[in-house]
Amino acid sequence: MAASTTTGNFKVIGTRPIRHDGVDKVTGRAKYGADYAFPGMLHGKVLRSPHAHANIKSIKIEKALALPGVKAIVTSKDLPQAENKLEQAGEMTINPMYLSMNILAHEKVLYDGHAIAAVAATSPHIAEEALRLIEVEYEVLPPVMTVDVAIKPGAPILLKDLRNKEEGADKETNVAQHHLFKRGDIEAGFKAADFVIEREFNTAMVHQGYIEPHNAVGIYNSDGQATIYCSTQGAFDVRSLSAQVLGMPAGHIKVVPAEIGGGFGGKTTIYLEPLSVLLSKKTGAPVKLVMTRSEVLRASGPTSGSTIKVKMGATKDGRLVAAEIWMAYEAGAFPGSPVGAGAMCIIAPYTVENFQIDAYDVVVNRPKTAAYRAPGATNAAFASETIIDELAEKCGIDPIDFRLKNAVKEGDAQIVGPAFKRIGLIQTLEGIKNSPHYKSKLTGKFRGRGVASGFWFNAGMQSSATVNIHADGTASVVTGSPDIGGSRASMAMITAEVLGLAVTDVRPITADTDSIGHTDVTGGSRVTFATGMAVYEAAKDAERQLIERAAKLWEKKPDEVEFRDGKLHAKGNGVPPMSIKQLAPRFGRTGGPITGRASVNARGVGPGFATTLVDVEVDPDTGKVQILRCTIAQDAGKAIHPSYVEGQMQGGTAQGLGWALNEEYFYDDKGTLRNFGFLDYRMPTCLDLPMIETVIVEEANPGHPLGVRGVGEVSIVPPPAAVANAIYRAVEVRMTETPMSPPKLLKAMLKHRASTQHSAAAD
Amino acid sequence: MIKKGRAAKSLAPLLFSMATIVIPALLRKFTGGIERVDVPGKTIRELVRHLGERFPGIDAQLLEDGDIRASIAVSIDGEIATGGILDTVDENSEVHFIPALSGGAV
Repeated sequence: MAASTTTGNFKVIGTRPIRHDGVDKVTGRAKYGADYAFPGMLHGKVLRSPHAHANIKSIKIEKALALPGVKAIVTSKDLPQAENKLEQAGEMTINPMYLSMNILAHEKVLYDGHAIAAVAATSPHIAEEALRLIEVEYEVLPPVMTVDVAIKPGAPILLKDLRNKEEGADKETNVAQHHLFKRGDIEAGFKAADFVIEREFNTAMVHQGYIEPHNAVGIYNSDGQATIYCSTQGAFDVRSLSAQVLGMPAGHIKVVPAEIGGGFGGKTTIYLEPLSVLLSKKTGAPVKLVMTRSEVLRASGPTSGSTIKVKMGATKDGRLVAAEIWMAYEAGAFPGSPVGAGAMCIIAPYTVENFQIDAYDVVVNRPKTAAYRAPGATNAAFASETIIDELAEKCGIDPIDFRLKNAVKEGDAQIVGPAFKRIGLIQTLEGIKNSPHYKSKLTGKFRGRGVASGFWFNAGMQSSATVNIHADGTASVVTGSPDIGGSRASMAMITAEVLGLAVTDVRPITADTDSIGHTDVTGGSRVTFATGMAVYEAAKDAERQLIERAAKLWEKKPDEVEFRDGKLHAKGNGVPPMSIKQLAPRFGRTGGPITGRASVNARGVGPGFATTLVDVEVDPDTGKVQILRCTIAQDAGKAIHPSYVEGQMQGGTAQGLGWALNEEYFYDDKGTLRNFGFLDYRMPTCLDLPMIETVIVEEANPGHPLGVRGVGEVSIVPPPAAVANAIYRAVEVRMTETPMSPPKLLKAMLKHRASTQHSAAAD
Repeated sequence: MIKKGRAAKSLAPLLFSMATIVIPALLRKFTGGIERVDVPGKTIRELVRHLGERFPGIDAQLLEDGDIRASIAVSIDGEIATGGILDTVDENSEVHFIPALSGGAV
C-alpha cells in the first residue's frame, strides 16, 4: 500500500527485483567475518573485567605467556598515548583517549566486561585457557549504575579527567555535557494551557541484538601495512578509528568489510579490530578474534537507558502551547550518549511555540553506548508521545486528529531553529487513518489500540561510487557502503534506471578502503540517499561519456547526440539508435573503457517521519501483552525497492516492540550483568509478533535527484509509546517505564486496581 | 524568558552582505540573551569572526583549531552545510549553529 507524490516515470525504480547477494546468502556461500581463515592464523581471546568499577593495581601475564601455544599478550601498555580531544568521524564524534580506554582498560575498569588484555594462541581453546592464567589485582570501587545516582553530589567519579563547561575546570563530574534548547516563553505557554500533564519516564538500556557477533582478522605486514577483515557498517571508520588507537597512519591500514549479519548502529565503532592488528604485529601471524554472545552483550554497544521528565500543556481545542523537558541518558563508561539527538527529536513532530529542553549526557558503570537505529529518539518519543496521547484524551480529541492539529509541515521551525523543507508527517497520520487496520473495529476485554508518531533527521555525509561499463554492455557499480539492508540492490537499480539497463545486468559491489573513495558509515539512514546520490551522479558521468563516444563514431558533436530509453540517438537524421551493448565493443577504438565516477558530500537531506498503530491484548492475571495487530506508515521519499523499504519498516517496528515489551539489561547490586544471553535477554521472535502491515508514504525529497529520503531508522521510534497508549486503553494503566514486561505491568495494574477499589470504597 | 531583539546595527548593512545568525540557547550568555544577530560576511569564517568581535568569547565556543568544532553543525537556510568555515552564505541567509547529529560519541 503506498501514497505517492513522486512523479518520476521510472522503469526500474519502484520494482522489486531479487537482491543480487540473495543466492549467496541463502546457500551459505556468503562470507562473513568469522569465515575468514589464513595460513598460520592465530586465534585471539579477550580477558574482561568481572567488576563494574575498580582500579587496576597490577596485571601479571607471565604464567599465561608460558602456556604452550600462547604467542602473545597485549595490554593497554601496548597502546600509544591517545589525545583527549573531540574529533568528527563520520556519523560519530570521537575522543581518541576514551576510545583507547574502551579498547583496553588503562588504569581502571569501568564496566562488567571491560577488556583488560588480549591473547593470541594457536587455538581458541588455548587462548581461553591463557585468560585464566592472567593475574589482575583490583581495588574494587562502588559501581554507579544509573543517571540518578551518577548526578548526585558526592557520587563516585568514573573519569578523573571528565569536566563540563558549566561546572568548570576544577569540578570532577559524571555529567559530560548539557544541551539546552529553548524557544518562546514557557511560563506564558503554561498559563495559556487548559490542560497540563507532567510525568517522569524511565527506559531501560537495550542492545541492538544483531545476530552476528563482532569479529576481526588482523594481518600486520613487516612493511608496516595492515589489513583488517571484519563485520562493520563503516570500513573507513574502522580504518580511521583503528589508526587513532594504534598510532598508525590511516593509509597504512586496509579494511575489507565482510558480509554483515546485522548492525543497527552497533557496528559503527571498533572493539576487536585494533587488537587483531596489535596481536598480529607481535606474532607476525594473522590473528582472528570473534566475540561470544555474552561478550557482545556485556561489552559492545547497547543504547542508553534514560530518565525523562516531561511537562506539556494544551488548550482545550487541542493546541499544544508549552513543553518543559528534562532528560538524562546513560552514556555508559565514556561520554557520548545520543541525548542531544533525543532532545532534538522529542517534540519534533509538533509545532510547540514555547519550550525548554535540558538534556544531560551522564557516564555510568555500564558498557559504552553505541548508535542504535535513530539513536536517542525512541526513548524520547516514549515519553512525549505518551503525554500527547493523554492530552488528546483530556481534550476529548481522537489521538490522530490531535496530532494532525499540531503536526509540523513545510516551513515550520524545527526544535533547533531551521525550518523544515518538504516533509510527510501529516501523510503518515492520514495513511494510518485510511488504513484497513484503523478502519477495523477492535473488540473484546483487555484489548486496546494505541498510536504514536516519530521523527528522525536522516543523514547525508560523504560517499563515493564508480560505475564501470564492461565490453559486453553490462555494468558494475562499486561503492564503499557495507550493505546492511539491501542497499546493493538499490544501487544496482539506480544504475540500471539511469543507463537503461536490466537490473540483472548491473553487478553491485561493496569495496574495501583501498578500492573506492572515502565513504562514511552505513548509518543515519544515509546510504540510499547519499551513496545513491553518488551512484546516480556516477551513472550520469558514464552516460556523458557514452554520448561522447557515440558522437565520435557518428562524426557528430556531443550535443547532437542524446541518451534516452537506454539508447543513444543522433539528432536530426536517419541514423538508427544504438544500445550500450552495441557501443560497448567499440570502447577501445573510441578512447578506452568507460568508468563513471562521483564523490559527494551530500546535502539536501530529507527528514523521516513515521506513525505506528498497534492493537494489544493484556493478560489480566500475568500482565503479559500480546501484539494483535500493528501497522506502520512511513515517509520514504521515493521507495527505490519497496520490498526493502517495507523490510526496514517492519524490522524497526519489531525492534521497537521488543524494546517496549521485554528487553532490558539486568545488573545486580555489584554492577554485574545477569542476562548475557538471548535466553535471558528476551528479544521478540516471529512467534511473538503478527505480520506488520506497512503503508509507504512517498513524499518526494526535493533535495535528492530521485526524491529519496532514507528509511532505516524512524520505524523504531513510535512503537514503545504506541504500545503504552494501547495498554492504557486496554487496562486503564499509564505505563511510564520500559520494558512494559509482565512483572512491571502486573504491578502497575494491581496498584491501579487497589487505588480504584479504595476510591470506590471511599465513595 | 528569552530576550528577543537584534544587535545594534551599524553602517555595515550598507557596505556588506548581511546574514542572520541564530544564537544557540547555551551561548546567549555571550550575547546578553539576544537570540538573532545580523552579521556581515559572505562565508561562515567571516560571520564567526564578526560575531566574535561583537560578542567576545563566543567565537571560541564555535571554533577549534581554526574550524567549526566537531560537535557543532552549521545550518544555512534550513540545510545542513558541509564545508565548515568555508561555506558561503547569501545576503539574508539564516545561519544556525546546532549540535552535530550524532549517534553518540566513541
